[in-house]
Parts: sequence; structure tokens; C-alpha cells
Amino acid sequence: MSRHDAIIVGGGPAGLSCARVLREAGVKDIVVLEREPEAGGVPRHCHHPGFGFSQFYWPYSGPAYARRLRLDAKGADLRTVATVIALRPGGEIEVATPRGLETMSGRSVLLATGIRESPRAARLTSGDRPPWGVLTTGALQQHLHMTAIQPCRRPVIVGSESVAFSALLTLRRAGIRPVAMIEEEDRITAPRLGGMIARLAFGVSVLTGTRLVAIHGDAVVEAVEIERDGQRQRLACDAVIMTGRFVPEAALLRASHLELDKGSGGPVIDQHWRCSDPVYFAAGNLLRPIETSGVVGREGEAAGRAMAAALAGQLDAPARRVPVKTSPPLRYVTPQVIAIPGDRPDGLLFRGRVDRPVRGMLRLLRNGEEVWHRKIHALPERRIHLPGGHVSLDGIESLEVRLDPS
Amino acid sequence: MTADSLDSRKPYQIAVIGGGVVGCAVLRAFALAGARAILLERGPDILCGASKGNSALLHTGYDAPADSLELACVRAGYDEYLAVRERLNLPLIETSAMMIAWTEAERARLPELLARAEANGVAGVVALEAEEVRRRVPMIASGVKSAILIPGEHVIDPWSAPLAYALQAIANGAALERNCEVVGGAFEDELWRLRTSRGMVSAEVVVNCAGLFGDIVDAIARPPPFRIAPRKGQFVVFDKSAAALVDTVILPVPSESTKGVLIAPTAFGNVLVGPTAEDQDDREKAAVDTATLKMLVARAAEIIPRLAGHPITAIYGGLRPATQFKDYQIEVLPDRQWITVAGIRSTGLTGALGIGALVRRLYEKSFAGLKDIANPLWTPVPNLAETRPRPYQQGGSGEIVCHCEWVTLGEIEAAFEGPLPATSFGGLKRRTRCMMGRCQGFYCSWRIAQLAAGRLPPPLATGAAA
Repeated sequence: MSRHDAIIVGGGPAGLSCARVLREAGVKDIVVLEREPEAGGVPRHCHHPGFGFSQFYWPYSGPAYARRLRLDAKGADLRTVATVIALRPGGEIEVATPRGLETMSGRSVLLATGIRESPRAARLTSGDRPPWGVLTTGALQQHLHMTAIQPCRRPVIVGSESVAFSALLTLRRAGIRPVAMIEEEDRITAPRLGGMIARLAFGVSVLTGTRLVAIHGDAVVEAVEIERDGQRQRLACDAVIMTGRFVPEAALLRASHLELDKGSGGPVIDQHWRCSDPVYFAAGNLLRPIETSGVVGREGEAAGRAMAAALAGQLDAPARRVPVKTSPPLRYVTPQVIAIPGDRPDGLLFRGRVDRPVRGMLRLLRNGEEVWHRKIHALPERRIHLPGGHVSLDGIESLEVRLDPS
Repeated sequence: MTADSLDSRKPYQIAVIGGGVVGCAVLRAFALAGARAILLERGPDILCGASKGNSALLHTGYDAPADSLELACVRAGYDEYLAVRERLNLPLIETSAMMIAWTEAERARLPELLARAEANGVAGVVALEAEEVRRRVPMIASGVKSAILIPGEHVIDPWSAPLAYALQAIANGAALERNCEVVGGAFEDELWRLRTSRGMVSAEVVVNCAGLFGDIVDAIARPPPFRIAPRKGQFVVFDKSAAALVDTVILPVPSESTKGVLIAPTAFGNVLVGPTAEDQDDREKAAVDTATLKMLVARAAEIIPRLAGHPITAIYGGLRPATQFKDYQIEVLPDRQWITVAGIRSTGLTGALGIGALVRRLYEKSFAGLKDIANPLWTPVPNLAETRPRPYQQGGSGEIVCHCEWVTLGEIEAAFEGPLPATSFGGLKRRTRCMMGRCQGFYCSWRIAQLAAGRLPPPLATGAAA
């Protein structure tokens, strides 16, 4: 069994940013385990600008951002086609490589396995199940980026989160014009600008208030049935692109001893990015669906600083963990616990999401007393931030984040 | 058409129509008996019809009607599976099953079912008190009245088993043709001349294993005495993490019309819930619908509450080739040199090897004696089950391509080789499990498409593979 100071599981924006920070902090023995043949994560396939801005203040394209992350992480031992298949207590992990299984042990381990979209099966969508032609944005982008195979000619795009517009950009670049973009809600999920761009720049109609009823086709997709204003309609198409409804890629976590937050779908972490087994840290979109690559990169950096501190013996083991209580309409808040003793990082920021559109008062309560509030208008899949840097951790018994609808 | 065109071949002793699990097992039985046999499958691959979707159980026959053909075939098939599985590298997940009574009315029916199991010669079936059920399945919902335990009920791999039967048949001299639909036939001079979509096939005896098309194919020989009434079953497959919640098959107390919705571990490390029983006319489409799938998920959560909100990996539908009769419809027409094997409703995966042996005996009784071949070849298939070693663990099979199911490059490449290579994406998925996991191709479908280019028809009919 090989032993390392730091093992990073997942070589995307969070993992590679963490590797850079660890190296800068003087940590020598860093291994990054990436299961794909190339590190860089999802941005590798997104050939349009909009990546890494909040990290490097430059509007990189996806592939250029991934390249920069890889270059910056030089010095870490980057191992591709290395799949972590089990996490064990104390930082022991099992890895599958083309040579078979091996066990490695890390004094600290970062989990940064990222995120994926919910496929058709998880959405329980009605209809036929052609073995080809129902795909996610991620699959579409990889097809067009990595192969010369056009996976479709006349797709229907389902959903209107930001990623749906990424799908649109990808299709446009490949000269593929979608039949339509449909959204079940009465407004698009991404900022309104997206809808305008879709209509004006791509000539694609965005049908809001439109439900996907069923998929038709045997060997390949032939049509979808949609419902709009109570009317059913058949749209001929050759693919259905299921966009968004992201879920953390948390299979490893679910199979492990680490505590999982049902609300976020990711690990329970404390203010130092530590999981319930404090050898393990977590950052990036594994924590929850979904933040931009730049935010994810920043999280990787912050987790890297915490890991470096832990390796240098500057981070106390948690004696007590105070849960951060939340309730609907908040789906989750990260971090989910505050470790005591523990610093209060100046940048401590609670992040959360709602499960439905809500206007109301967002409150932070410490030991039952309100210490912060703000009026907000929250929408699903838009981030909510609460600054936590001013919260005193001395004598803290309870902490609650609450959103009271007005 | 090649030099080996169907028309130019000399007559076969036996032509099996239909490449489902039953057809594959019948072909194997004849190949191992030294007969010159051919299997004709209309679809692009074996297992395109009723055998495509089922609950993957190896049944003991505890609830089969007494003295039924089904019982005899299931019992024989069960024993033969256990006898041959190591040599074919087929898994056995020894789950056992528990039939749970949730109401007093259901509890009152258990003694009768227990007596049936005993009469059917199924060993070890015992009644369990609610407390014992909870000890064995700690995650079970409250409200269990009592249960019976059927220790011999197990789970197998529903795709690898028939593939292994077909491959062993081929290795021992049988022929298997896909994309070869039998559209008619004439019986003259004690020889069948079958018209297929790819030419004429001559055979002395025809075995109709056409599953969902059993009555249509039987009409070639006679007015069929039964009618196929497709019955759809929908299933939901939970993520592998659910395997920690339930490691046994949980059965409901059956009603007159259906065995009901069960929860079962799968050979691939998941947990499934299903099937429904929905009569329909269509013999090919097994569409799923959101409302029914939600009902199945809710049913699963009633039985194992921790399944509520559990991630879902897959959804599927299967069709059972039911008839108006309860029992299997297996019959020899000596004058027509025809054997009908139809109405194999829901126990075909287990019954198949038993049906193969039975059909061979019927053939020998009515037509000609056969002799087991000496030293038959065994064709172990790649293992897909989590309970036996898999290539990603052993190494030497290249990198993992499908990250959810841990399928290696070597396994995908192998599925395009051999005497029965994958010819469709569906066939590739069934042979390797690639793209069958929780991401359903988010991570690997591009790679699969790249590996398949030039080997499978391009996904788009217009042809876009580079």
C-alpha cells in the first residue's frame, strides 16, 4: 500500500485547484486520481466562453480553462484512468487501474468527484426506451468534442437551466438546429437573457409551460409528445437532450462510511471542508448541484488551504460538531456542521438553495437568536449566500438558517 | 449473400424459431445431443423480445400448479442451472425469498402456499414469525403479520445465461442466424421448407419458440389452439447503494391473476421493484409510464421505507407471452414434424434448460433417437455479476470505460468479437452493462459510440459515423 500526504479524488476544477494550492503550500507528495484519460473535468467539453471567471478574472473557454488548471497543478502526481472504487475509514482508498486493484492511503484526502445531469431513467419519463438518442448535455458535448460522430440532427432540448443554453451553444457550433426547447415551468430557469438569446440568436423557440409527456421510437428516437395549455402535440425529432437537474456524483460516498446530506445529495461538511471522517475533505460540485466552474475552483483552493493546515498540524480535530439546522423551503445549506474547536474562517459563507420560488426573509440564528437577516427573492437553482464570518463560535450551542416566506 | 447462404445449406434436423432464452436453451439441448440444428431469430440479436426484460429470478417452482409442465420444467431447469453454471461462468446470488403477509387475509393464505411448496417438492420452505422477518430484513416496514421463507429462490444474470446457452450450442456445432424472420413455410415430403427474410431454410423438425409471436408462427403448421396475450411488466431499478437495505427477494402474497410486485436484489448489485401486470395488444413495445413507475417506487418504499427518495438507476418494461391458459403450451405434432413451445409466461429464465431437456425427449420419442456428444465444449461467458471476480479487479483488460458499472475497454472490445458479437447498442449493453448504470451514458456514451463506430450500425439511420 502506498502512502501519500494528499490524495485528490477527481481531477476537475475543484481537484486541480486544490492540487495547485497544496503544492504552493509546500506539500510535496500529492496524488491526483482522475478516472478519465485526461484531467480537467466537465469544462473540457464546453467550447464556449464563461469558465473560471470568478477564479482567474478571465473569460476562458471550457477547454482553455481546463488547460490552465492542468498547467497550474503541475508538480502533483496526476494519474489518469485511475478509478477510485471504495473509500475506507482513515483515508484508505481502493483504486482500479488497468493493472487491477491497488490500495492507497492518504494523510488527507479530497473528494472532488463533481456532478452529472439526471438522465431520463431517474426522471421516470414515460414512453419507449430506444437504446440510443436520449442523452444528457454532458453526453452530447463529449460526443461532439471527442468524436466525429453526430449524435443527432433534430433534437428537442428538455429544461432551461443555464446548461440548456450551453447545449444550445454546442449544437450551434456543430451546425445542429434543435426542434425546440421545452420547459415545464412558466418561466425559464436560467436568467431571462437566456431565452432571448435562444430566440434571437438561434431561432429556437422556447416553449415554457410545456411538459414532456412521452418519448417515441424503437431503435432510435422518432418523436416526443408534449403537453401545452392542456393540448397534446407530437414533435418529430431524432434525439431528446435531457438538460440539468444536476446531482452530485456521490456513488462512492453513498457506499462509504461518510455522512451524506439528503438535501444536497453531497457529503456533510464542516466549515473547514471536512467530512464526518476528518481525514476526508470535499469541495466542488460534489457538495451540491451546481455552481459555476470558477466558484468550484475557489472551493478547491479553500479546501486545499484547509488540507495544508491539517497536514501541518494547525487544524484541530473536531471535539464537537454543531449542526446547521435548515428547513423547507431551503433544500440545504453548506457547510452542514460547525466543528468545535475550530476557527471561523473570515470567508465563511453559507450557501443554500430553495426547492421553489420564494420571497421572504432569510435569517441566521445563533443559539436561537437572530444574528443576521436579509430580504430575498429566491429561485430554484440560483445560489443563496449568507455571510457567516461574523458569527462567534465561542459557546455556540445551535445554529439555524431559516427562510421565512413573506 | 455469401457462399454460406441459407438456401444452399443441406437440410437441418431441427430448426428452432426464436432466440429468446427458451430458444437458446432448446438449441443447446440439441447441439449437446449431436443434432444438426439451427436457430432463426427475427431480431438483430438474441433476447430481443420477451427475454429482454424480466425479474431475473431463479425459481424453485414453490408456487407452480401441481402436475403442471411449468413445475416440471422449472424444477429441472433449476437443477441443471446449478449443475452447469460454474462451467459457463454464470453467477448465483443466493438471496432466498420471503413471501410476506401484510394483512390477516394474506396471513390466512400462507398455510395453503406452504403446503403447495411442500407438495411441489421444494425443500426448506418454512413459516416465519414477524420477529424473525425483522431479524432477517432489518429495514422492513412495520406491519408484517407473518411470512414464509423459500430458501432456494435465487437471483441470476438474465442476459449472460441465455448468451452462454447460445454460445455453447454454437461451439458444439449448432447454427444461429439473426435478422432472420420466418415468414412462412411449407411441409412437403417430410421436410419443412421455411421461408425467411434471408432465404429458405430446410429442416426435418421445427421447434416453435417464438415467444410473443408463438401463435403467429404456430399458424404455419396449424390453426393455433392458443392465443398470445402480451402482458407488460414495468420495473424500476434503484442505485447500487440500495443493496445495503435489502439482500433478499421480498414477495407479496399472490392473487389469482398475478404474482404481484416484488423487490429483489439484482446480480449487478442493484435492487429492483416490479413487475406490473398490464394486458396489451402490442407484441413488441413495452413502453413505461411515469404514473406506474411512481407507483412502483411508492410500493417499494412502503415495504422498505428507506427506499423512499433513493436514487433511481434505470427503468424498463418487459412483455410476458401469456396465453389464455395457465400452463406452458408444449406439444408435439408428430404428423407435422413440429414441436410447439409457447406460453412460457414468466418463469422462462428458470424453466429454459428444463424445457430444452423436455423438448429433446419429446423429439426422441416422436422422431429419432439422439446421443449425447462426447466431451462437449464449454463456453464460459464474461462475468457481469458483482459476486464473482470482474476484469476491472483483475487487471489486464484496459481502463474502465463505463464508470458506473466499471466496464473495462477489454470487455467492450470482446463484445464485438466471437461467434455471436453484439450487433446493436442494446446487444452491447446486455453483453457488457455499459451505459446501464446510474449516469445512463453521461460519462461514457461518447466513448462507446467511438468504439462502436464501424462495428455497429451508426445510431442515426442517416449514417453519421465518421
